[in-house]
Amino acid sequence: MELVVHFRAAVALLGRFPALAGLDLDVAQGQIVLLRGPNGAGKTTFLRACAGLVPVVDGTAQVLGRDLRRDPRSVRRRVGLLGHATGLYDDLTVAENVGFWGRAVRAEPADIAAALDLVGLDGRLSDVRAVKLSAGQRRRASLACLLARRPELWLLDEPHAGLDHDARDLVDGLVRQAVSQGATVVFSSHELDRATALADRTVEIVGGTSRSVFDPEQPCSGSKTERTIEEAAGVA
Amino acid sequence: MWRDAALVAERDLRIELRSRVATNQVAPFAVLVLVLFAFALDPDRGVLERATPGLFWLVVLFSGLLAVSRSGSLDEADGTRDALRLSGLDPAGVFLGKVAALVVELLLIELLLVVGVAVLYGTALDGFALMAATCVAAAVAVAATGSLYGALVAGLRVRDTLLPVLLLPVLAPVLIGATRAFETSLGSIASADAEGWAWCGLVAFFAVVYLVAGALAYGALLEGS
Repeated sequence: MELVVHFRAAVALLGRFPALAGLDLDVAQGQIVLLRGPNGAGKTTFLRACAGLVPVVDGTAQVLGRDLRRDPRSVRRRVGLLGHATGLYDDLTVAENVGFWGRAVRAEPADIAAALDLVGLDGRLSDVRAVKLSAGQRRRASLACLLARRPELWLLDEPHAGLDHDARDLVDGLVRQAVSQGATVVFSSHELDRATALADRTVEIVGGTSRSVFDPEQPCSGSKTERTIEEAAGVA
Repeated sequence: MWRDAALVAERDLRIELRSRVATNQVAPFAVLVLVLFAFALDPDRGVLERATPGLFWLVVLFSGLLAVSRSGSLDEADGTRDALRLSGLDPAGVFLGKVAALVVELLLIELLLVVGVAVLYGTALDGFALMAATCVAAAVAVAATGSLYGALVAGLRVRDTLLPVLLLPVLAPVLIGATRAFETSLGSIASADAEGWAWCGLVAFFAVVYLVAGALAYGALLEGS
């Protein structure tokens, strides 16, 4: 199966601190991969590195077939990153924010309207300025910006954080829908019950390295069995 | 690039229209400083009349600093800088878009100040063509330099205090050139029209240099901040 993410001994520095310290991780096309690990383990840095926002200074780092060490900008238009920050302009309305980020990647107006519709912000909320939204609504607006981009690789950093039950279900539904349409999803979460149910694979990141990979098909030590990275990615 | 520039300019102007920072804060500040200069330099002594061109451009620079700082802060909040980097927008287009939006704001401030010096200082507005050309050239120069240095200090905790320290010395040639051109157009000093246009040309040259430098360097600055 085609690899969408291929990291080998990847090192990324935040200042002089190696946030990724020789990370090995492969993600195959169409997979939903959960990253778990303690705070500061390197999950966010890995997601940002996949988006080409954090430079990988050593090892191999390829996303969507592009070498991130050579040209980190080349993947940016093809990935969608939902981080802790929303990327919204407070003085623009929801529709204007989604419209701006959608038009930036040459999205069709129909895609932008569909994105607002999918996250339930197509009604009166679409004309509300972002500054007046609740935290959960801002999160949904941010998700709409991601949807409008139609990314091939979804990078979600704590996508369930700050959302109510219905919105969390909505996120899960959108992730499954995206994968059914050919996208690949890598996400981090501390809500393991919900996240493991959504994920095809779980990868633990500790101290900037991937410590283990689990197979949901084979229950063991909790619920999942450790396998090699290559096996999990289907490239062994 | 031009499409991206138009997109960013439209966004910045829409935000300014919505937030009204330019109309409710920057413009009143400009008028206030103009009034304070009038208090400090008694209009009856003729000092104010001779100093009007310099005072005008000082107020434009101070007001421009506020507008530049505001423009830079738009892409600092809540992950918008990362979103901008991820957007795939041409960095040169982003730079030119931000400059275009700032130019519009600065031209409106300059227009307000021209009316202000005419009303408050009793200045006769002659040499309209030279005055208009200088206003446009200086607005582009301040906007381009400000956007470039705004990107340079982006992300720093001391950006608000560092920006004027870096920007004002760099803008000294604009202040000098625009003031000399205005002295000619307002008749503050006896000088030939050609001399005024030469100073205006200097300001325009400065504007072009910083436009080109900014378009080339903005991508690296966006990545580095």
